[in-house]
Amino acid sequence: MLNQELAKTDPRVKLIAAKIKKGNYKADALIEILHSAQNAYGYLPMNVLRYITKELRLPPSRVYSTVTFYHFFSLKSKGEHTCLVCTGTACYVKGAQLILNEIEKQFALKPGQVSADNKLGVQVARCIGACGLAPAVVLDDEVQAKANAGDIINKINAKIVAP
Amino acid sequence: MNRQDLQTIISAEKEKDQTNKNKNKVCVCCGASCISSGSEEVIKKLQEEIIIKGMNADVEVIPTGCMGPCNQGPLVKFLPDYTMYQKVNSTDVEHIVQNQLIDKKPVENLLLFSDSRPQPFINAQEDPFFKKQMKIALKDCGDINPEKIEDYFVHDGYKALDKVLFQMSPEEVIAEIRQSRMRGRGGAGYPTGLKWETVYKYVNDQKYVICNGDEGDPGAFMDRSVLEGNPHRVLEGMAIAAYAIGANKGYAYIRGEYPLAIKRIELAIKQAKKSGILGSNILGTPFSFDVEVRIGAGAFVCGEETALIASIEGKRGTPKPRPPFPAESGLWGKPTLINNVETFAGIAPIINNGGEWYSEIGTPKSAGTKVFALAGKINYSGLIEVPMGTSLREIIFEIGGGMQGNKAFKAAQTGGPSGGCIPSAHLDVKMDYESLISLGSIMGSGGLIIMDESSDMVDVARYFMEFCMDESCGKCVPCRVGTKMMHDLLQKICDNNGTTIDVQRLEELAGYVKETSLCGLGASAPNPLLSTLRHFRHEYDNKIEQ
Repeated sequence: MLNQELAKTDPRVKLIAAKIKKGNYKADALIEILHSAQNAYGYLPMNVLRYITKELRLPPSRVYSTVTFYHFFSLKSKGEHTCLVCTGTACYVKGAQLILNEIEKQFALKPGQVSADNKLGVQVARCIGACGLAPAVVLDDEVQAKANAGDIINKINAKIVAP
Repeated sequence: MNRQDLQTIISAEKEKDQTNKNKNKVCVCCGASCISSGSEEVIKKLQEEIIIKGMNADVEVIPTGCMGPCNQGPLVKFLPDYTMYQKVNSTDVEHIVQNQLIDKKPVENLLLFSDSRPQPFINAQEDPFFKKQMKIALKDCGDINPEKIEDYFVHDGYKALDKVLFQMSPEEVIAEIRQSRMRGRGGAGYPTGLKWETVYKYVNDQKYVICNGDEGDPGAFMDRSVLEGNPHRVLEGMAIAAYAIGANKGYAYIRGEYPLAIKRIELAIKQAKKSGILGSNILGTPFSFDVEVRIGAGAFVCGEETALIASIEGKRGTPKPRPPFPAESGLWGKPTLINNVETFAGIAPIINNGGEWYSEIGTPKSAGTKVFALAGKINYSGLIEVPMGTSLREIIFEIGGGMQGNKAFKAAQTGGPSGGCIPSAHLDVKMDYESLISLGSIMGSGGLIIMDESSDMVDVARYFMEFCMDESCGKCVPCRVGTKMMHDLLQKICDNNGTTIDVQRLEELAGYVKETSLCGLGASAPNPLLSTLRHFRHEYDNKIEQ
């Protein structure tokens, strides 16, 4: 009942339903399904997880434990704009921490936090593999090569002020 | 499509290439690094400019994979002259096209390494950065368009698969790989041929081949570059492996952090299926093989083979005790072969040139070449491939152009969070599996991070321990609790509150965690700590005395 309602009111559920069907309603496609859900919503809302749980006929604990196990999946909104600072070894050696410190100073946000108005979310990544361009920062899916703290702050400001 | 149809297509493509032999080719690096430095704009501008100059019949613009010197990007390469330009901006394009293609006079101040070498080379192949390298796994990477299967055909693509299917038995394929003495490029260095043979010997109607592209070591981007630059080579390696061990299904498990690599391998699979190279009855033979991509979700432990299998099955990526090894009971309990991306990329050349050819490259115990990702405080960071046994000094000071800002070299970190640091006293170490182990480090997957005098080695140990603590899956106690305790002690020393007892305790804990952890993550987590203690003990002592 609940699932049917959700499917009616939210077009994004169709994308997830298609993925579930493609995987023949089997549990081994769970991670693939979660990927497409997160792509559609930006994070994994509880009602969507409940939907997936029911469709796959899995215990909620199995879905929840998988979601929380993987860093990529998030149960909270990541913010309208995201600033992801790479903290891989090369970026660490070249001062990624200085960038994070400056972001914390300017926006009072630590990695994993989202601003109160949901405009900006700050994250860290283990390594985005752009080590030749260290330190790397990803602003809304765009890689900023050889980043310096001042530039990043300015770019973030431009993003969150712009309508 | 059967064999004949495909061969007709391939020879047509090769003929076309022959007639275009004297045509100028402009390769623009479209690896993830160069794209983020703006190479897509450069391509657009180049195409426009070539049309404006009326040269579109004689010049071909090719988007390629990684060319190597990533921090000099965006890179543009002119073939057949092999003139390379660095840090190319879309505003430079007009100038470069006019000078390089029309006036035939290279633009000196934009040549590769022109800002760091007094005499940059007009033919980049003569530059020490390239001259010292030997490319096998990366051979066509940077020369072909990774999004076009035809380009791969022209570079002898799928020739090895054809040879295997029509001229060799599975036993012969395995014998060839064994003869090559190739060892797994994922880190542990297990002999590839032996692994294949083990899976081959298990009788089962269903077997699997998995390509491990969950390149989690921070500072490593070899697999990303191979997948982005030449995805068909990886597929060919997987198909040959599947034929040898008797599998009909494969999975390519790629990190979620590599969207471009995922896109390109998915495209490659689609093209290969269309050409009859993947799917049922490949090239008209009874052999069938299909590959599916699985995307990782950000868990370092999934690089461990049993955890990776759990992740493909849609579960939490926690490892299982071995034995049974995946060769006996892997994916869904079936015999499974897992190899690294770079290993698969090396298979086709071995089949084409013979195992003996490969075994003669490198050192007696570590045959072949190894791809390294150079990063950190070095002048030219990027992707290189050298014969095994090349010294660290050659890599840093000849290929890598020396230390940034002429600062003193302090240490090279290999093997990521499972590896260790090599101090300057051992700069002449030969880069092969055994020599690195004897120094308390490991080859690992090939990340090579160079640190200078400004790096604090205790903090480096703390950094890696924090990584392992966060990434520990929590299944076994030694790793879950041990990494946390070691991290806290290292933090205490970094905060200048440490005592000699803390260091003793760290050494003790390191031993326990190493001996008793369930999987490689825990067993190798103490390595960065132990190697810094071994080579940089005085830095720990200095912090304690303060």
